[in-house]
Amino acid sequence: MRKPSRRQFLKIMGVGGAALLAGRRAAASEEHHVNNETLGMLYDATKCVGCKACMASCKRVNGDYGSLSYERAPFDSDGLWDAPQDLSGSTRTLIKLFKESEREWSYVKYSCMHCQKPSCVSVCPVTAMTRDPVTGIVDYNKNACIGCRYCQVACAFTIPKFQWEKAIPQIVKCDLCKNTNLPKKGISACAEVCPTGAIMFGKRKDLLAEANKRLQEHPGTYLDHIYGEKELGGTNHLYLAAMQFNKLGLPVLKTEAPAEFSEKIQHTIYKGFIAPVALYSTLCFIAIKNMRNGNGEHKAEHDATTDKPKEDGDGKR
Amino acid sequence: MGNDEYQKLNTRILTPSFCVLLTLTLIGFALMAVRFIKGIGAVSNMSDGYPWGIWITYDVATGTAIACGGYAMAILVYIRNRMHYHPMIRSAILTSMFGYGLAGFSVMVDVGRPWNAYNFFIPSHWQANSAMFEVALCVMAYTTVLIIEFMPAILTWIERTEWRTLQHLLNKLYGRLGKPAPEHLADRLEGVKEIAAWLKPRLDKALIFIIVLGITLPTMHQSSLGSLLLIASTKLHPLWYTGFLPLLFLINCVYIGYSIAILESVISCYAFKRPFETAELAGLARIIPWLTVIWLSVVVGDLAWRGQLAAAVSLDFYSRFFLLEFCLIGGGSLLLFSGRKRASVRWLFVSAVLIVLGGALYRFNVYLIGFNPGKGWHYFPALAELLITVGIVAFEILGYQVLVKILPVLPRLHTREQHEAAGHGAAEKA
Ligand code: SF4
Ligand code: SF4
Ligand code: SF4
Repeated sequence: MRKPSRRQFLKIMGVGGAALLAGRRAAASEEHHVNNETLGMLYDATKCVGCKACMASCKRVNGDYGSLSYERAPFDSDGLWDAPQDLSGSTRTLIKLFKESEREWSYVKYSCMHCQKPSCVSVCPVTAMTRDPVTGIVDYNKNACIGCRYCQVACAFTIPKFQWEKAIPQIVKCDLCKNTNLPKKGISACAEVCPTGAIMFGKRKDLLAEANKRLQEHPGTYLDHIYGEKELGGTNHLYLAAMQFNKLGLPVLKTEAPAEFSEKIQHTIYKGFIAPVALYSTLCFIAIKNMRNGNGEHKAEHDATTDKPKEDGDGKR
Repeated sequence: MGNDEYQKLNTRILTPSFCVLLTLTLIGFALMAVRFIKGIGAVSNMSDGYPWGIWITYDVATGTAIACGGYAMAILVYIRNRMHYHPMIRSAILTSMFGYGLAGFSVMVDVGRPWNAYNFFIPSHWQANSAMFEVALCVMAYTTVLIIEFMPAILTWIERTEWRTLQHLLNKLYGRLGKPAPEHLADRLEGVKEIAAWLKPRLDKALIFIIVLGITLPTMHQSSLGSLLLIASTKLHPLWYTGFLPLLFLINCVYIGYSIAILESVISCYAFKRPFETAELAGLARIIPWLTVIWLSVVVGDLAWRGQLAAAVSLDFYSRFFLLEFCLIGGGSLLLFSGRKRASVRWLFVSAVLIVLGGALYRFNVYLIGFNPGKGWHYFPALAELLITVGIVAFEILGYQVLVKILPVLPRLHTREQHEAAGHGAAEKA
């Protein structure tokens, strides 16, 4: 009884291993490529004057479609401010001011990075987060979303926000005005109103060219780094700044997209569903065989146990 | 696989513990109503930084591991061919059924837009890259499988009950109306019984395929519960973030499963005043340390390979939780290596508790404690949030208590109380 079952165990391992190898080979061919024809924005922190016209414009344009609303700060008992403290279920974009000292400071704008290999799209179980292959826009569909908030767990920038206070909540995040300003005017609402040109809207290749040009022309002004060019496999929202990006709330990140690694493992296990099916059939085989041979033994053992509570025979493995 | 291996427990249902559990359950469900009316924020401390709180961490990630008793026992009985454990399997399946059913239920409380869940069944919305998609489908399928696996108990019950109370009630009802109870009602009950009797042997034959499905599915989704956090490479502390998460979660749920099977048997024997199944328990206990040793070696080997051993013993916040988890599991297993301790119910109980706590802490570490979304985010569950979880757990225990008293679930007593058992059996058959 024992020997065959061990051999069968090895067999499962063999089948499983073969499936794993097959999966690995297939996964290796799925390397992702950066598409520079897709749309994005370049935010230049040194040009931003902190007027927050972009924030106001985003709420005005996307308010109804994106379920945005004005926010009250805790100090605002008179209801005189729209004062979001962070991106939230009511706010898609936000300007913050980082203060290094009295004289040194920098504005920074937050909104979705529109990653080239977005984690939020990779993890969404019902395809409510999607990335348009042509425009590169990462969009959210509330009619599909189940509200599991896995996208929030997954996003390294913690961009997707959830409406915690609503009975019918949804995820809120920048969609590059895909359904509002972009089709109407061909530009995002925040870039459209920026008075200093701190937000540039366009194709990723043009944004990168412009960023490199600025870095070359004013080497003293900027840190020599285009944030988003390489981070997490590249993002379509790019940043230039004079100060360390992690101080501005943009984390130091590796160049690989986390989704590549997790998908590789997931694909390795589940490619073509071979491993689960192999596992099932092998287990069926063993179980049925055990049952056929085992029924007699089963009875006998039972009688044995009724007579005397014998030491269990499990040790002889 | 005779149904005669099992018996129901003939005691009162309305006990003091029943009332306590019922109160907790009702409080929990009332708070759930608040959550649906006023939004998740009204009852919980979850935030955009910590979008998964205690509901996912305990009810889903840990609760399903604790509910792996049925899975672990099925591997032992059907795959490793240890048929003498068969009598223990039905109560293990019952707890698994409750654990998984309620995990599914708490997911519906936790997600923000549950009415969209039908999208899981629409192929155009499928997303095979998502570990959560895999977990959701497998958990749904497995819960169904558990219900089917439990069917023989229900069918036996239908077959053997006399339906006297029901008859009585009907007679009374019709008496009130001044009419005699119609004959065909009794006939219909007979019909139901006949269907049950017809179904049972057929189900028994097909059951092995379902049972094996019940082994395959947990293997898939328990590992995927680990895969869920693979995406959070920037947020999960390096002590726990590793490509081995799926493997670690899989082994983790198996040793938790055996430990829970031990605890469950000890507790129910104690609570229902039955003799302890010492020989079976010692046998189970012998398997656990091998699994934990493999698990701990993977953990340590992986930490060494990634150069995180120093971080593990640095005694900072994360390292303390890691060491606690490590010591609980390691300590519990050490106890079980000794044959004498395995033979004592008390030591068995202690070590199984240690291992379950350690194993559960591992899942908490991965889902909550080691999860750091960045500066400025904090999470500790709100009282209402905790009470909802407590309510769900109370409901689970309540259901178990009631069902073992109605259905033949617990192993039939053979040894010490042989003639008493015979008496029970006779009473049940009568
Ligand atoms: S920044 Fe976050 S939300 Fe935006 S595309 Fe990337 S992963 Fe998705
Ligand atoms: S919350 Fe919605 S969008 Fe985000 S992962 Fe879940 S289903 Fe997808
Ligand atoms: S691109 Fe549109 S949605 Fe995104 S931040 Fe700008 S205005 Fe708001």
